[in-house]
Amino acid sequence: MKTRKWPFIYVGVITVITYIPIIMTVIYSFNVSKLTSVWEGFSLKWYEELFRDRDLKEALMNSLILAALSCSCAVLIGTTGALGMYRAKRQSVAGGRTAGTLGVKAGGGRLNDVIAYVAMLPIMIPEIILGMVFLSIFSLMGLPFGMVTLVIAHTTFCVPYVYSMVKARLVGLDKSLEEAALDLGASPVRVFFDITLPQIMPAILSGVMLAFAMSFDDVVISIFVTGPKVNTLPVKIYTKLKTGVTPEINALATVMLSITVTLILASSVVGKIRVRNVYK
Amino acid sequence: MMDEACENKAKCKEEKVKCCMRSRAKSRSNWMLLAPIYVFTILFVGLPILYMFLLSFLSRAKVWGVDFTFTLDNYKRILEPMYIDMLRESFQLAVLSTSIITLLGYPYGYFMARMNAVWKKRMMLLIMIPFWTSSLIRLYGWIIMFRSNGVLDKVLMGIGLTQKPLKLLYTYPAVVVGMVYALLPFMILSVYSSAEKMDWTLVEASRDLGASAFKAFWTVTFKLTLPGLLSGVVLTFIPSMGLFFIADILGGNKIVLVGSVIQEQLTKGRNLPFAAALSAVLMVLTSLMIRLYRKVTRTTELEGLV
Amino acid sequence: MNNNYILELKGVRKAFGDTEVLKGIDLKIAKGEFITLLGASGCGKTTTLRIIAGLETSDAGQIFLDGQDITSLEPNKRSVNTVFQSYALFPHMNVADNIGYGLKLKRMPKDLIAKKVQEMLQLVQLSGYEKRMPEQLSGGQRQRVAIARAVVNEPKVLLLDEPLGALDLKLRRQMQLELKRLQKQLGITFIYITHDQEEAINMSDRIAVMNHGVLEQVGTPNEIYYQPRTSYVAGFVGNANILRCGGEFYAIRTENILMNGEPECNREAVVLEKSFAGGQLRILFELPDAQQLTASRYGIDADVQVGSRVMIGWKKENAIPVAEE
Repeated sequence: MKTRKWPFIYVGVITVITYIPIIMTVIYSFNVSKLTSVWEGFSLKWYEELFRDRDLKEALMNSLILAALSCSCAVLIGTTGALGMYRAKRQSVAGGRTAGTLGVKAGGGRLNDVIAYVAMLPIMIPEIILGMVFLSIFSLMGLPFGMVTLVIAHTTFCVPYVYSMVKARLVGLDKSLEEAALDLGASPVRVFFDITLPQIMPAILSGVMLAFAMSFDDVVISIFVTGPKVNTLPVKIYTKLKTGVTPEINALATVMLSITVTLILASSVVGKIRVRNVYK
Repeated sequence: MMDEACENKAKCKEEKVKCCMRSRAKSRSNWMLLAPIYVFTILFVGLPILYMFLLSFLSRAKVWGVDFTFTLDNYKRILEPMYIDMLRESFQLAVLSTSIITLLGYPYGYFMARMNAVWKKRMMLLIMIPFWTSSLIRLYGWIIMFRSNGVLDKVLMGIGLTQKPLKLLYTYPAVVVGMVYALLPFMILSVYSSAEKMDWTLVEASRDLGASAFKAFWTVTFKLTLPGLLSGVVLTFIPSMGLFFIADILGGNKIVLVGSVIQEQLTKGRNLPFAAALSAVLMVLTSLMIRLYRKVTRTTELEGLV
Repeated sequence: MNNNYILELKGVRKAFGDTEVLKGIDLKIAKGEFITLLGASGCGKTTTLRIIAGLETSDAGQIFLDGQDITSLEPNKRSVNTVFQSYALFPHMNVADNIGYGLKLKRMPKDLIAKKVQEMLQLVQLSGYEKRMPEQLSGGQRQRVAIARAVVNEPKVLLLDEPLGALDLKLRRQMQLELKRLQKQLGITFIYITHDQEEAINMSDRIAVMNHGVLEQVGTPNEIYYQPRTSYVAGFVGNANILRCGGEFYAIRTENILMNGEPECNREAVVLEKSFAGGQLRILFELPDAQQLTASRYGIDADVQVGSRVMIGWKKENAIPVAEE
């Protein structure tokens, strides 16, 4: 097929448009004026103000801790869950001979499907529903709102990312790799750590990255389950945005953006180096 | 002869027992793997959602909390003109945003899938960077743009397109822009992931068989990327009914979504049962859409979801 | 128990759901033998191999390895190794780590592992490749690594599941010879699976022809080829016509069908088709009783016309009585 120009132009234009608001925030973070409409000269005062803001720093710490804790829980639950579901399916496909065990397995399979479906629900239904659900269930249980409730709520929507990533990888995995390791004398536990885990590691990592991003960015659910003493960064930003203009937010946006870009570029550079080393 | 047969039978039985033991040991270790997801999902996803449905049939306590008496009032209240209007408006906004997202995102994802490997990687990075920065902050960028006498006004008046500020902030179009902006990546990624998997020789084959470029696209490419497109629709339509903070920040208090009402009932109204009823309606709507998607595409997983 | 047999299968049965894949397999394999399980896909040969490796459990029957009952032994505890059809090289380990994996599990000292890996690489002619990753190897090289990885553990029996299936014809011929050489050199018992009769005849000491979960015939390539016991074997190994004569069935190899003037030509037949395939001219005849026969000749032409009537026949000793399935 011929390569035409206009697809590139189309993609280029839309991409540029998506970057305009981001670039604006970066530009205005260096503005002297408090008003976002006028440019009155270069200044770093909003950055000074940002680094002086204790609340914001605390909120940032909370968000990082929250994302780290939820992701850890999600890795545990999502990975074991994906492994268990995958093995159960494989066993029922391989099939027992006696009718009795077959029946039990088929039943277990249906239950597994239901659980897998319910586990995926948190990223399929609107977040507001989850917020509502957690607010009501936690007040019913009498759990004090704070870090614990936040971690539980965030874990529910982090699990699906890890689970589905790992599951997809497992399905695509060459089954004979595990069999080869068994055949060469590895115990099932060894097989898991020597073969299966390295194979699904990239999937776990990309699941965690997505889950981390989602947790770190979440406002809707956090607003309902956070306590009076614990503020997450997005909740803090949200309240700031609602109360009025604060150029501090511009500075914060710029800092976050540069961290993300650095991380992404670093990871792609590391990836390139690793690839190069392999081919040496 | 008899003895031998007996012995064989006994041996067979023994073997069977051994085999069963092996597979039973396997399934026992499997249950240990499954236990965390079972316990967590039932306790913190399944039961809470069931509780939400239960809650929607209960009445509100006088001060704060829930009175455990059965009622259908919450659902009756949803049928009041005010809330019906709100539902309709919310639905309309979702339809409008999703249509725009589809029109913009489908060609984007499609073109991206046709790029060479290097460009694919670069584009992926370009899409992921905004995705990784806080969605609130990205919305804030639009406030700067839309604000009266803001950047957009300045540019438009500068080139003489408009004479006075448009006052775009806190209007319906601003909310639509915000929705499209926040959800576009989902559409792009799901279209991309299904177009990427496509076997392009099929298009060549159909051209070879005499199809025009358009016909080839319509009969082959479009059909094969349909799962990605539909998944993108589900992934943008559903959240667009609940993302109250976009309507909140870019629309002021003028545009009311189902999500906004639920949030209001939870925080200001303190009416848990009514919020639960609204959530239940939203939930049923969502499940219907997912079911429809599964029926049409005959798949269980949403394309490009993760 | 006779100690000359390294492996013995006794009445092994296996079913997946309602389909019986193995209907009682009895097989004795001698030490150092190269035996091939030959059959069409779905005949149960791979399942048999997997049961021997312990990757599948049999529903009934017993398996003895070197006189020891291993029927319900875990696969990792069997002194049997497999070369997988897809090679199953660990993609995250380099060639040396792949080959040394089994030894590492046996807690062999590192320097000894390195030495053994070197020896193995030399044996399969891949010296200098130890640091390569599997994805950087060609199909033939992967194949050799897979063999080295299995053989280095000095198994009592090596199982090979269509190991040459993914290679092109030329490479395949070369690997056939190499495998045979390797087997002679190491003296390990090979159980080889293939659906390619030529490969089986080329390499094996004995061939076991499988069909629908049953061993149809076990014997030397010679026996299988010249004295097929069943019509299935006759049809599968070398191409034979199965002719019904009263209640009896006979197998007559296509190259043994005579025509035009030879004294045994005593039957009239119509030429239905002529085709050229694999260096052979094949002629399809129909006998007056509607049975069809194929004859094959080397060369590309014979002076018969499609539709013409000719006299054909065969020598009596070339009509081998077989059992119909």
